Amino acid sequence: MKRWLILLAATLLVSPVTASAAPPAGVKLAAEQVLHRGNGSEPQSLDPHKSEGVPSSNIQRDLFEGLVSEAPDGELVPGAAESWEISEDGKTYLFHLRRNAVWSNGDPVTAHDFVFSWRRIVDPMTGSYYSQTLAPILNAEAIIQGKMPKERLGVEALDDYTLKVTLKGPTPYFLGLLTHSSTYPVNRQNVEQYGEKFARPGRLLSNGAFVLKEWRVQSHIVLERNPRYWDDANTTLDKVIYYPIEDQSTELKRYRAGELDTTEAFPLTQLGWLRKNIPDEVRIAPYLGTYYYGFNLTRPPFKDNRKLRQALTMVVDREILTGKVLRAGEIPAYGWVPPGVLHYEAVEYEWKKLSKEERLAEARRLYQEAGYSRENPLTVEIRYNTNENHKKIAVAIGVMWKRALGVRVRLVNEEWKVFLENRKQKRLTQVFRAGWIADYNDAYSFAELLHSRHGINDSGYDNPEYDALLEASAHEPDLKKREELLRRAERIMINDYPILPIYFYVSKHVVKPWVGGWVDNIMDHHYSKHLYILEH
Amino acid sequence: MLAYAFRRFLGAWPTLLLIITLAFFLIRVAPGGPFDTDKMLPPEVQANLDKKYHLDEPLWMQYGRYLWDVAHGDFGPSFQYKDYSVTELIGAGFPVSLRLGLSAIALALVVGVTFGTLAALRQNSRLDYTVMALSMTGISIPNFVMAPLMLLVFAVYLHWLPAGGWNDGALPNMILPVIALALPQIAYISRLTRGSMIEVLRSNYIRTARAKGLPERVVLMRHALKPGLLPVVSYLGPATAGIITGSVVIEQIFGIPGIGRYFVQGALNRDYTLVMGVVIFYGVLIIVFNFIVDLVYGLLDPRVRY
Repeated sequence: MKRWLILLAATLLVSPVTASAAPPAGVKLAAEQVLHRGNGSEPQSLDPHKSEGVPSSNIQRDLFEGLVSEAPDGELVPGAAESWEISEDGKTYLFHLRRNAVWSNGDPVTAHDFVFSWRRIVDPMTGSYYSQTLAPILNAEAIIQGKMPKERLGVEALDDYTLKVTLKGPTPYFLGLLTHSSTYPVNRQNVEQYGEKFARPGRLLSNGAFVLKEWRVQSHIVLERNPRYWDDANTTLDKVIYYPIEDQSTELKRYRAGELDTTEAFPLTQLGWLRKNIPDEVRIAPYLGTYYYGFNLTRPPFKDNRKLRQALTMVVDREILTGKVLRAGEIPAYGWVPPGVLHYEAVEYEWKKLSKEERLAEARRLYQEAGYSRENPLTVEIRYNTNENHKKIAVAIGVMWKRALGVRVRLVNEEWKVFLENRKQKRLTQVFRAGWIADYNDAYSFAELLHSRHGINDSGYDNPEYDALLEASAHEPDLKKREELLRRAERIMINDYPILPIYFYVSKHVVKPWVGGWVDNIMDHHYSKHLYILEH
Repeated sequence: MLAYAFRRFLGAWPTLLLIITLAFFLIRVAPGGPFDTDKMLPPEVQANLDKKYHLDEPLWMQYGRYLWDVAHGDFGPSFQYKDYSVTELIGAGFPVSLRLGLSAIALALVVGVTFGTLAALRQNSRLDYTVMALSMTGISIPNFVMAPLMLLVFAVYLHWLPAGGWNDGALPNMILPVIALALPQIAYISRLTRGSMIEVLRSNYIRTARAKGLPERVVLMRHALKPGLLPVVSYLGPATAGIITGSVVIEQIFGIPGIGRYFVQGALNRDYTLVMGVVIFYGVLIIVFNFIVDLVYGLLDPRVRY
């Protein structure tokens, strides 16, 4: 008999303060509860299994609800599942679905809906960008690779309201994964009736706090409150309008003209003006991402030349980059995994504690040992995708390398898709710009990127010891031991210098003072059901 | 006349085929593909996507398939906007671009011809210099400088007009983008009109008309304006086609859901079908408008006969 470790989600995961979404008592609400949100670019799709990118996810979080949801501060709370049990070995999850949760047409949301949806994500015919999200589930990878029928996925409906999920190994971040929009359920009947084009107004059935009312491509998307949502009593907004505005200065102008209540971003060049004129509306918060440079380890000059890579890494003055070039509160990066990741204490370079002069002396020594000198300097190329901010960073780093070591730097910028192609091919790149934003709050979402077989390991880093530690961590149910394995792996990796971490990202928004319920969080997720408009 | 129209109609097909062929192969020469991302896409999924959109077939086969589909009026699905077909995207965006573009052209024509004519009549006067200086400025200041400035003044500071959005073509939403779109055209048209009017006003038949004692108004409206507008008309053909297919700059700055942005976005995203769709659409419009221009020539210039 398997012993079940009963985790009552309601008691363990929900802190009472953050759980309540409704505006606090005594708050004066505006008569009209309509929120206008700037949303970056046009969403690729509203089908949660086919879309990619932040703009789509922002809208899907309002339309749909996964098994697990998030409180305003990002804390995990029950979503479509009201509770769950995890087996002692951490490999089996039993989700108990809400009996009062329905689709927007009134049909109940059942465990069968999730079985259908998750099989659809991993089905290679669906062509989902995020099929990997479900990779921890038993057989998922074989199905994605087309080696097994999708019916073999480790997901089973024990009855209408009980979903059993079997994992390959204990996956401490599994619940966190389930907040990702790619794990949201779709309605089988809906998909079968309309095929590829079911995610349209008048057609789409969804199970979230809002329903899709209108979609004018490149203009706006209107969501209306879903009165059938199980927690509708705690929804305040009646309508949310998303505007795809790619150009950040246009978005800011519309915000200043009062046409938007929140923006998706703002131009770096406007930061000074914003801080001076509307400091209370500027919302900058740590974000789960790392901006870094990669070294191509498969070609000279970086192939088999760790000392050179270390020297270049040491002389980059991250405090100057974040403090003088970026200036939005970005955090200097001396490691790969950002601070604030759950169950993980960040790892940093040993030499961080050295003074600037000591670092410089050490870097010069390494540079010499690597076979270079002032007389015989390294000539190197920094390749980045065309963008003003990337250029500023590249210029600054080029100058730092030149001053400290005499390196000759050539800057090459390329259009995005060309750049991606070159980065992947590893034939032209030497030093290349990159950034990684985690899809889920766990160190593994960073660590896996440098696994030798990972699809976007564009450095070509290949260390069997590192790979082995990552694989061991995937089977380690004990959180503390798992953290140790991952930290050991990271320490080995950063000291091999396949990458040069530069800074940890921040999210940047401007938010009108009358938007209530907006809480900065590391995932930068802001569900509309938590927001409300104050009287103004 | 009818025979001429028929000849032109026949002649349009090779041109169109050439456009399609060039666009088809050029966009595929660009490195990278529609499904390249900085996220991890398992090779099997990539392969399935390629298969689904026939990107795994040899190029000549894709080309043949594309021609066949286009001949049947099917421009295919958009690779980027997965919930829409290219026909739907153009169908939703073109009315917006058309309305905006025609308004801008109409404004440019009225203002440009008036200014140009006035300048020609008072050649080398203060009025002439003013108009020409203004139009030179209009030509030199690009849209992407002018439009944000106008937005800042009229929307952000004065709050007279909205800072963006289309709102189904409501007048307040149209004013700034129409002006921004028309300004360079006004400048161009007024210069063209002035130049050609000066030449026409010096010609013998105008002297004859004046010698006959015709009032200046009749000389101008009935005799001078028609030939004076010929260069403007030939400019208008391609210009109209260009303007009603949208301006990526104006659409981005004012947040207008037209089709102009698809030329650039489609190319950047390697959304092959979308780029092809708008290119073919644009090509057809150019051909049609050039044909219309030639017909109008026949009406304006008695020397032209088909």
